Amino acid sequence: MVRVVRAEAYELVVNGVVRRVDGALETESLLRVLRDRLGLPGAKNACEQGECGSCSVLVDGVLVCSCLELAAAAAGCEVTTIEGFAPEGASAGAEPSDALLTDVQQAMVDAGGVQCGFCTPGFVVAIHDLLDRVPRPTGPEVREALAGNLCRCTGYGRILAAVEQVVSVRTAGPAT
Amino acid sequence: MPTLVPRRLSEALDALADDPSLTVLAGGTDVMVGVNYGQRRPAGVLSLRRVPELRGWHVDDDEVVLGSATTYTDLLAPDLARRLPALAAAARTVGSPPIRNTGTIGGNIGTASPAGDTLPVLFAVEAQVEVASAGGTRTVPVSEVVVGPKRTALAAGELVTAVRVPVAAGPQEFLKVGVRNAMVIAIASCALVVDLTRRQVTCALGSVGPVPVRDTAAEMWLRARVDWDGGRLSHQSVVEGFGRRMAAAARPIDDHRAPAAYRRYAIEILARRALERAWCAS
Repeated sequence: MVRVVRAEAYELVVNGVVRRVDGALETESLLRVLRDRLGLPGAKNACEQGECGSCSVLVDGVLVCSCLELAAAAAGCEVTTIEGFAPEGASAGAEPSDALLTDVQQAMVDAGGVQCGFCTPGFVVAIHDLLDRVPRPTGPEVREALAGNLCRCTGYGRILAAVEQVVSVRTAGPAT
Repeated sequence: MPTLVPRRLSEALDALADDPSLTVLAGGTDVMVGVNYGQRRPAGVLSLRRVPELRGWHVDDDEVVLGSATTYTDLLAPDLARRLPALAAAARTVGSPPIRNTGTIGGNIGTASPAGDTLPVLFAVEAQVEVASAGGTRTVPVSEVVVGPKRTALAAGELVTAVRVPVAAGPQEFLKVGVRNAMVIAIASCALVVDLTRRQVTCALGSVGPVPVRDTAAEMWLRARVDWDGGRLSHQSVVEGFGRRMAAAARPIDDHRAPAAYRRYAIEILARRALERAWCAS
């Protein structure tokens, strides 16, 4: 049977929770549904053409631009947003707390990789995705992996430093 | 209007036969930009994201058969990249990791953009496109599928299901010029494919014509100037001559990305460089 998803009501699995989407338009992107229907504003809306990476999320574990995903076609997929990364950030509406950052988020803070902050959620998702696949990336590998995320504040040096910090902590052997 | 998410190819083809006006969503990286900007208002969408038959690849004799939902990221996997090096090189220049995770080779063909990055490679290797409809299947050379800017010869109700690409039989190159290395739409690109078995060289240019441009006369000219037994070009002037011929074959236009004269200039250099690199590698 052809699975027919009707825009007026379907379900997405977001950060492990089944979320019902009501009243969305047929052509709404996953980004719009996450932000405007499900109250998850972590993924940012900037270019809506896949150029900036600020809407990065994982769909079935794969890094994608949520602005280029048709939300209705993602029905039944597992979506992980930035809200789903930190230990208690998963529930909609939870206040972010300094104490509940992932190591990547903490490194971004420590290294000064967060300035206006708009691009940060996209970078954090992309950095987690990279380091989950490649625990010890080379410099060029980091740059290639993050080439789709634009930052207009930092000049990128501090973001690259944050990645280095995470790699060195994660790959450090036990203290002697 | 509903979004259709079939789980089998036969369901997708039946749905498209019932309503050929459905917008087919492969990866969606082009379609969704148009939707987001209000330039496209699909009356209904047929998503191919959940059709496992369109994923994956296998080797069939001296060809690789790529499911049309093969992503650019899939093309970078070492097992595929060593068989289809130019296609992998082209895939690596597409967008960014999330775009490469999403966009597909079938979508690149269906979109038929003059700047589609895999298209010059597919033209240079003379790939065959497998097309299916509820009424049956056919196999068509890619140059007879991609027939104009954003125009294909697919009939109503037809889908690209697979692409048959010959396994490399010699060095291959793909070179692309844009304003930066990542996230860039080609201003000019060049795919060069050497076949040491059949002793031929083919070359196709991207973003300098309505569809990828080949010049079979230039290819024959080059072929006659290769010392095939010695594995080298007969003279350095061959490189310059080939660059000039490909630049003359290009049919670029002025647009917001680059003037025609720059594109032609870039093609001369890219064709020369591709030839030099291919022969250095052999």
